[in-house]
Amino acid sequence: MTGKPRLAVFKFASCDGCQLTLLDCEDELLALADTLEIAHFTEATRTSLPGPYDLALVEGSITTPEDAERIERVRADSRFLVVLGACATAGGIQALRNFGDVRGFTETVYARPDYISTLEHSTAIADHVPVDFELRGCPIDRGQLLEVITAYLAGRKPRIPDRSVCYECKARGVVCVSVADGTPCLGPVTHAGCGAICPAFRRGCFGCFGPAREPNTPALVRLLREQGEAPEHIARVFRTFNAASPAFRAAAESVDDPDREVRS
Amino acid sequence: MTHRHERTLRVGSLARVEGEGAMHVRLDAGGRVREARLEIYEPPRFFEAFLAGRAYTEAPDITARVCGICPVAYQMSACLAMEDACGVTVGGQLAELRRLLYCGEWIESHALHVHLLHAPDFLGYASGIDMAREHRADVERGLEIKKTGNALMALVGGRAIHPVNVRVGGFHRVPSRSELARFAPELRRALELALETVIWVAGFDFPAAEAKHRLLAVAQGDRYPIDGGQGIATDAGYGFRTADFEDYVFEHQVPHSTALHAELADGSTYLTGPLARYSLHSAKLTRHAAAAARAAGLDAECRNPFRSIIVRAVETVYAIEEALRIIDAYEPPERPWVAVPPRAGRGHGVTEAPRGLLYHRYDIAADGTITQARIVPPTAQNQAAIEAELCELLEAHQGLGDAELTDLCERAIRNHDPCISCSAHFLELHLERS
Repeated sequence: MTGKPRLAVFKFASCDGCQLTLLDCEDELLALADTLEIAHFTEATRTSLPGPYDLALVEGSITTPEDAERIERVRADSRFLVVLGACATAGGIQALRNFGDVRGFTETVYARPDYISTLEHSTAIADHVPVDFELRGCPIDRGQLLEVITAYLAGRKPRIPDRSVCYECKARGVVCVSVADGTPCLGPVTHAGCGAICPAFRRGCFGCFGPAREPNTPALVRLLREQGEAPEHIARVFRTFNAASPAFRAAAESVDDPDREVRS
Repeated sequence: MTHRHERTLRVGSLARVEGEGAMHVRLDAGGRVREARLEIYEPPRFFEAFLAGRAYTEAPDITARVCGICPVAYQMSACLAMEDACGVTVGGQLAELRRLLYCGEWIESHALHVHLLHAPDFLGYASGIDMAREHRADVERGLEIKKTGNALMALVGGRAIHPVNVRVGGFHRVPSRSELARFAPELRRALELALETVIWVAGFDFPAAEAKHRLLAVAQGDRYPIDGGQGIATDAGYGFRTADFEDYVFEHQVPHSTALHAELADGSTYLTGPLARYSLHSAKLTRHAAAAARAAGLDAECRNPFRSIIVRAVETVYAIEEALRIIDAYEPPERPWVAVPPRAGRGHGVTEAPRGLLYHRYDIAADGTITQARIVPPTAQNQAAIEAELCELLEAHQGLGDAELTDLCERAIRNHDPCISCSAHFLELHLERS
């Protein structure tokens, strides 16, 4: 025991990209390791110390019965639990299974589906245990991760803006690709945090940070229709990395059901 | 050592690898290995199923999410396969920019594995971060090289993890000549650092071992293979076309793993990755990389998996030299992409992820809808070879105590920089002795 706050990093179903973001803090990693005791972080170290942990970072979604039990133990062992990324906050790309037949998917990929144990749905961590903070993104932003850890160490709330990508475009001085080029863009309904990279690279936002607070998706669906997007394409743009987030899920379903769009 | 009965070694969850896996080994009373399994328990993520019904243009963004450490590999193999299906070849400066982006991924991934994940095995630390207490300059050097790789990916691809700028046909936006030229000094510094890393790792102690598997790597003409090529080269001398991949490589499911196992038609195991690339293509290295390989004591071939850390260090030098060459010769293309109109058909794409060959195959309909997808990631291909290596090591070192033997097995697995999220899309060691 070092007396330093104890950090643990856990992985559930995911690509490892969000925990890799911690190792991508090249300038801050060694200083962080001086400030925090890394008690458990399988991708980085063989050391694995039992809890309790002061700060737990959790990546990935719950897709197996074993993981549904494991997250309960992680929660019980962790004082402050922060979930990282689209998988942990909205089920991730794995949640595309929620809209289909997972048995059929298993049969598509595996000759012996009976060897595979998996749940019908991919769910966010908060669907299983109370979560202290959710950091969005596919992947998360390095600067935002450092802000969350710094805020934890300082004993204050993380300063993570809860607004849309449009604000970041304006702050960056990027010309609106939707207005200027007619490029379909999810920026108005997508949570800020990436720094509006896609519009800066002349492509429309594809929503990898998930829905912003109170997103006006009906208005955006109408705009996408006016821009000539086919309904099935509009439904698909909401069904990528945050497909199971309530707002994006409803938006995709509203495209299939135009009456519902009028009502909302 | 006293006579023992059943002997089981078990590593609960293998560390310093990407993804989730375990290892289970069983030795009988005679010391013969009865069983050596890599258990990939990374939950299945069903990418191939999700891709069906999506547009061919969506595959680069979706398949990037298979792996946070090598997203560019997924994006590039997907783009090549889609362009192949549509009968379009992307050449010239757009192809060079793809190679430049991929160099960024090689630099980042190799620097991470060499300094933070692999070197601690040779110096006896639990992690790169622990190693930094006594080897701070070496770890800081690794972090700086890694940062340069990430910065290159962000410059060309928008961000380091899941780049946003890649599309079928090319890019959304191409950099200006001056944007790239401004980055060259950072790469030149990284080149010096990467050369120091080769000297550093060449001084480690390497257990004797020889990989007897077949070797497979992409063939990319007179270039060391990275971003695609004309087909696949093997150490047996024969080569085959990318389109014939599934006639040479067979995948089957094993009960203990969510990743499929691959083997060649004759049932032999094979290896992809740095040892295969180097052994098949070392004559194609650039000046500094070739000189560094010689100075580090590498011959034209390298079959000792423990020495793969040297090959990765040499490949880092190569990727930096390549990046500098591409930037120096860069002329922005007229358009950021070439049109790739869809047509019904089948396309294949193969590139060299840092940890090995990555094959994609798609069937698309006339309107560009994906009807079938097949992804064969490097770690799944290497899994059977890794298990065979474990068997040999266990039999050669059965006199060791459980802790030492477990440690050696874990190292043997880490030699291959397995990427488990990809292959299940890896590692707990369970050793049973009887």
